[in-house]
Order: sequence, then C-alpha cells, then structure tokens
Amino acid sequence: MAEIPKEEYILPTTSACAGCSSSLCLRYILKASGPDTVLVIPACCTSVIQGMYPRTAVNVPVYNIAFAAAAACASGMSAAFRALGKKTNVIVYAGDGGTVDIGLQSLSGAFERETDFLYLCYDNEAYGNTGMQRSGATPVGARTTTTPAGKAHSRKDIEQIVEAHRPPYLATACSAYPTDLFSKVKKALTLPGSTFIHILAPCPTGWKFPPGKTIEMGKLAVKTGMWVLYEREYGKLAISAPSKAAMATPLPLADYLSPQGRFKGITPDQVQELEREIAARRERLLREAA
Amino acid sequence: MHTIATGNRGVAEAVREAKPGVVAAYPITPQTEIVELIAQYVAQGTMQATYIPVESEHSAMAACIGASATGIRTFTATSSQGLLYMHEMLHWAAGARLPIVMANVNRAVAPPWNVWADHTDALSQRDTGWLQVYVATAQEAYDTMLMAFRIAEHEDVLLPVMVNLDGFILSHTMQPLETTPAGDFIPPLSLPHAIDIKDPAAYSPLTGPEYYFGFRWEIERSMRDARQVIREVEEAFAGKFGRRYGPVEEYRTEDAEVVIVAMGTLGREAQVAVDRLRQEGIPAGAVRLRWFRPFARPDLAGREVVVIDRDYSFGFGGVLAHSLRATTPCNPYSVIAGLGGQEVTYADIAQFVRQRKPGEEFWFGVESHGDV
Ligand SMILES: Cc1ncc(C[n+]2csc(CCOP(=O)(O)OP(=O)(O)O)c2C)c(N)n1
Ligand code: SF4
Ligand SMILES: [Mg+2]
Repeated sequence: MAEIPKEEYILPTTSACAGCSSSLCLRYILKASGPDTVLVIPACCTSVIQGMYPRTAVNVPVYNIAFAAAAACASGMSAAFRALGKKTNVIVYAGDGGTVDIGLQSLSGAFERETDFLYLCYDNEAYGNTGMQRSGATPVGARTTTTPAGKAHSRKDIEQIVEAHRPPYLATACSAYPTDLFSKVKKALTLPGSTFIHILAPCPTGWKFPPGKTIEMGKLAVKTGMWVLYEREYGKLAISAPSKAAMATPLPLADYLSPQGRFKGITPDQVQELEREIAARRERLLREAA
Repeated sequence: MHTIATGNRGVAEAVREAKPGVVAAYPITPQTEIVELIAQYVAQGTMQATYIPVESEHSAMAACIGASATGIRTFTATSSQGLLYMHEMLHWAAGARLPIVMANVNRAVAPPWNVWADHTDALSQRDTGWLQVYVATAQEAYDTMLMAFRIAEHEDVLLPVMVNLDGFILSHTMQPLETTPAGDFIPPLSLPHAIDIKDPAAYSPLTGPEYYFGFRWEIERSMRDARQVIREVEEAFAGKFGRRYGPVEEYRTEDAEVVIVAMGTLGREAQVAVDRLRQEGIPAGAVRLRWFRPFARPDLAGREVVVIDRDYSFGFGGVLAHSLRATTPCNPYSVIAGLGGQEVTYADIAQFVRQRKPGEEFWFGVESHGDV
C-alpha cells in the first residue's frame, strides 16, 4: 500500500463538532487526491466544517453548491476541465441526504453520462447540518428529530442504486479505517468515468455517543456487520480485509446499538429487521465474492 | 449570409458563433429546437463545445455553474416550467458572479398546461440577479445573443444574461436572418475568479451578514454598471454589423401624446397599431422595452401611457405597468393581454389606445371584471 503523504490540506481550524469523523475522512481523502483537486460540496455539515468567509480550513479549491446539485455541478466542472486540457480531480463530498434523497436525480444523471469524477458520500445517517432529521439513509429504529419514536422504515440501499449504473469503481469505507479509505480514494482517482465511495461517518452529536468513541463506533459497525467494507472494480467484488474477518465471526449487533442514544427506543421487531438486513447483505456479498 | 430562420435557429446560430466551451441543457417546448440544433452542430463538428444532455433543468444550470467556474464560456436554454425548475440555481449563478448566457423561450406557466407565449416565466425570475432582455425578431434574437455573451463577460458586469423570445410567435416563425461571423466581437473570457488550483479558495462558503451584505451590493453595483456596458456593446455592435439596438426601441415617439409600452413581439405589433392610430389622427407612439433588468426606465413624463403586460403578478398587477409607475411619472392604462398565447393583433392594440382610461386595468378577452 502507498505511503500516506505528510501534507495536510485540512487545517485544524474546522468548525466540526468534537469527535466528528467526517472532517477526519476529508483529511485522508485530500491526502490521497493531492492538491490538483476541486471539492464540490452541497449543503451539509461540511458547508459549516470548512469554516466561515473569509477564512477556510481547506487548502484546495472548494466549490459550494446547492443541496440537490453537487453531481450536476461536478458534471459541468469536469467537462470544462477536460475541455481545457486539465486533469484536475473533481471530487464531490456530499452527505447522505444530499446523496440518497435530494441529490439522487443529479447523481444518477451524472453517472449515466459517465462524468469523469469521484463522488464521495459521507454517511452520518441523518441530516446533520439541520440538527439530525431522518434521511433515506437513517436505519430503521433510529431516533431522529423527525422520527422521534424511531424510524419506521429501512434505509435505502444506495450502493445497489449506484451499482445499477455500472460504474467502473464502487467501494465502501469507514472513518475508523483511514488507510483503507486512503487507498480506495487513490484507486478511484486512477479510473476513468464516475466512481463512488460510500463512507460510514459516525456522528457523536446525532447518534448520541461520547465524542471520544467515534473510532470505536466505526469499528463496531464493521465488526457487527452493520457496515461492510468492500470494493467493486468493473463489477468484480472484493471484500476488504477488516470485513472479511468480521463476516466470519461477527460481534452481536447489540454491541453496536446499545452505546448509541439514537437506538434507545428500538423495538425487538426493528432489531430483527436490522439483523435480517445484515444477513441478507452478508449472504449476497459473500456469494458474489466467492 | 442571408437566410430565413426561426427565432430558435437564430439563437442556435448565434451560440455557435459565440463558441461556448460547455452547453448543458434540457429540452422543453418551445425551446427544444435550440438544444436539438446545438446537439447537431456538436455532433457534426461545426461547433467545438461539450454538450451535456443533463437530466433536468436544475442540473442544466448547476452544470453551467460548475463549468463556468473554471472560466469557460457556457450556454443553456429553457422555457417556462424548466425556468421555474431552475430557480434556485438562477440565484446561484448570479450570486456566484458567473457570466452564463441563457435563452428563455417565453411560455405560459402551468397549471393548466399551456405551451404558448407568456412572460410570467421570466418575470417571476426578475429578482434572481440575471440581466433580462426581450427580443422581437429572429435577427434581434441572433444579434442580442452575440451581445449577451460580451455583456455578461464584461469585467464590470460578470452576471448572467437571459435572452427572452416569445414562444411560437417568434421561436417558430420563419423570418429573414442575416448571420455574420462574430470574429473578435466577443473577446476571450477572462474570469477573474476562475478556479485556480495554485491559489485555492472557498467559493460561496458560509458568510456572515457583514460580508454577505457587501456581496449583494456588488451585484447591484454591477447591474447599474451594466447599463453603460450595454450601451457600449450595442454601439460596438452597430459599428461592426450595422444594426443598432438600445435599451428600448422607440417608434414615432417624438411628437407622441400617447405611448404604448410593451415587450417582445407585442412591442412590434404595437408599432403597426401606431401607424393605424396616426391615420385616425391619434398622435400615438410605441416604446418596445428591451432591457427589463437592468430596467430600461423609458422617460414617459408628460405623456399618456398604455402598457401591455403579457404577464400578471397576482394580487398586485401587471409587472411592466408597475415597473413603469415606479420609475417614470405616469398613470398608465394597464392592459393585460396575450396570456397563454392569446392572439393580440395591431387592431386590438389600437383599440386599447382608443378606449384608454388612465389608472385603470383592463383584462383583454375577459368579460366581467367584478369589483377590484
Ligand atoms: C433545497 C434545500 N432544502 C433544504 C436545505 C436545508 N438543508 C441544508 S443541509 C441539510 C441536510 C444535509 O444532510 P446530509 O446531506 O446528510 O449532510 P449532513 O448535514 O448530515 O452532513 C438540509 C436539510 C437546503 N440547504 N436546501
Ligand atoms: S453533526 Fe455529526 S457529522 Fe455534523 S459536524 Fe457534528 S459530528 Fe460531524
Ligand atoms: Mg448526513
């Protein structure tokens, strides 16, 4: 695996909450991409994290754009850079809301057109910027401010939705495994066309766990199978090392659910539903990887 | 080259001359011909642009924004529902100070569905920070498109420009068109705030009131400066191509006691009505307003005014009528006509003048007005 560069593109002056994993991810993403990169950012926590005018905590150009429009904006930008003969990486860094809900249409269009860009969705499983409302990525049973009794419906499977566009590269990552994230971003940027990485980004503020436990929460997500790390290059699936081990002997789901305040009121039925989801995904991925 | 062409073709030919690097657009009646022609030019290789067939108008404008931010020339076209769907991104384009040029083929807004001429689509975007110009012939559509790029990209403007042409009446009728190579009429775009990897910056980040306020004022300052730029560009155009335009087109106004004010094709029809009325001994004149933003402010002091709005602001009145009331001393007879493509002939317009009642509003073709 490539060495992780020492250069920092995220200054330590972000306005992220204590223990925010999203800003950590961004640090590794930019180390992987290097400076010839533009970040396209729709409305999300990162609109705030990057800092307020006239300051910025990010040392590459950041193009902020409307909530629904990141992939479309990146489409135009990528087309323009290529027309100008520039190889500049165009990277969307969007939240789950901006990806699976309001931005889904522009994401789909950009992937259909094989826009040359990398789309990163950092998934904190709710609308963080506006104070933790549900998103299409919120798991069943999780309490958010708009699902105060726990979310009644399962989350969308954005990976399968993106997969249906047959991108050259699709991967998952998690903030608790930054070197894995780093190498996946590196690989995605070497491939032409539209590439996608879905990053689990535990959020102490929204998930209601102590800020010091961000890394632990990410590891638990992987070890219980709630989150599976894999990559899919030209359709060929490879399960990543941390998940290979976890899928052989997963920890009980309760280890992941009980430390989080958002799952306080989850019903036994909903826990079973989560377990069914996990089992179905595990089976599908293992079958494909075999 | 002398040809005959629809208004839509006039737009597409001018865009080809202007050589944008990126065109992102989505089809909608009656604009469709514009995007089809451009797609064809690109496919044939007679135009070097990258054409992005986006999946919506919101994305069309977002893609233009992303492209324009790199410093490349961009174009899109839309109409009616498409323009409304873009609304959020229209504000974005202007606020981000991007000289995007768009043709909007004016069409009524649903419901009910109606694909014919109406200005409500564009006028409902009037506060987005876009310059807006309304044309009346295929030639004017062609010429104004060329000027629009130069105006938008001028260092004192750097705001997007919307060129409006009436659906079907202009977009689809064949008219004489003289196309001319633009040559160096539109200088290469040099966007001062183009994304620069060597000088990284945050574009449109979270901004507190003290700075936000300043950025808003900058938009208005550029709108004001745009008046002078428009004059210069129209002058340069006249010098190079021999066709002269202004903020308004005046017709027999020197000695006119009553002036008809309208935009788009109705403004042309009004000129025929003026000839009619003059034959009857009524000293009429016509002002066709081209630039709605920045607002052209015709001087109508001391004259009677009949203003025709092909639009309406519910609970308020005709948008053009109110714009005139606010900017020139007048008490117009406000005629609401032509909505949804309603036919309005010069004979109808002459009749509006004959029946004028200063200060009143008249809905053409509506029987009973009820109480105001
Ligand atoms: C059109 C529009 N609707 C609503 C909002 C308000 N809004 C801003 S960010 C956001 C939620 C973002 O959620 P997500 O994409 O998951 O990113 P996160 O904040 O969690 O990082 C919402 C609802 C907006 N900016 N624009
Ligand atoms: S709400 Fe969550 S994702 Fe957003 S800044 Fe705070 S910790 Fe990070
Ligand atoms: Mg989120």
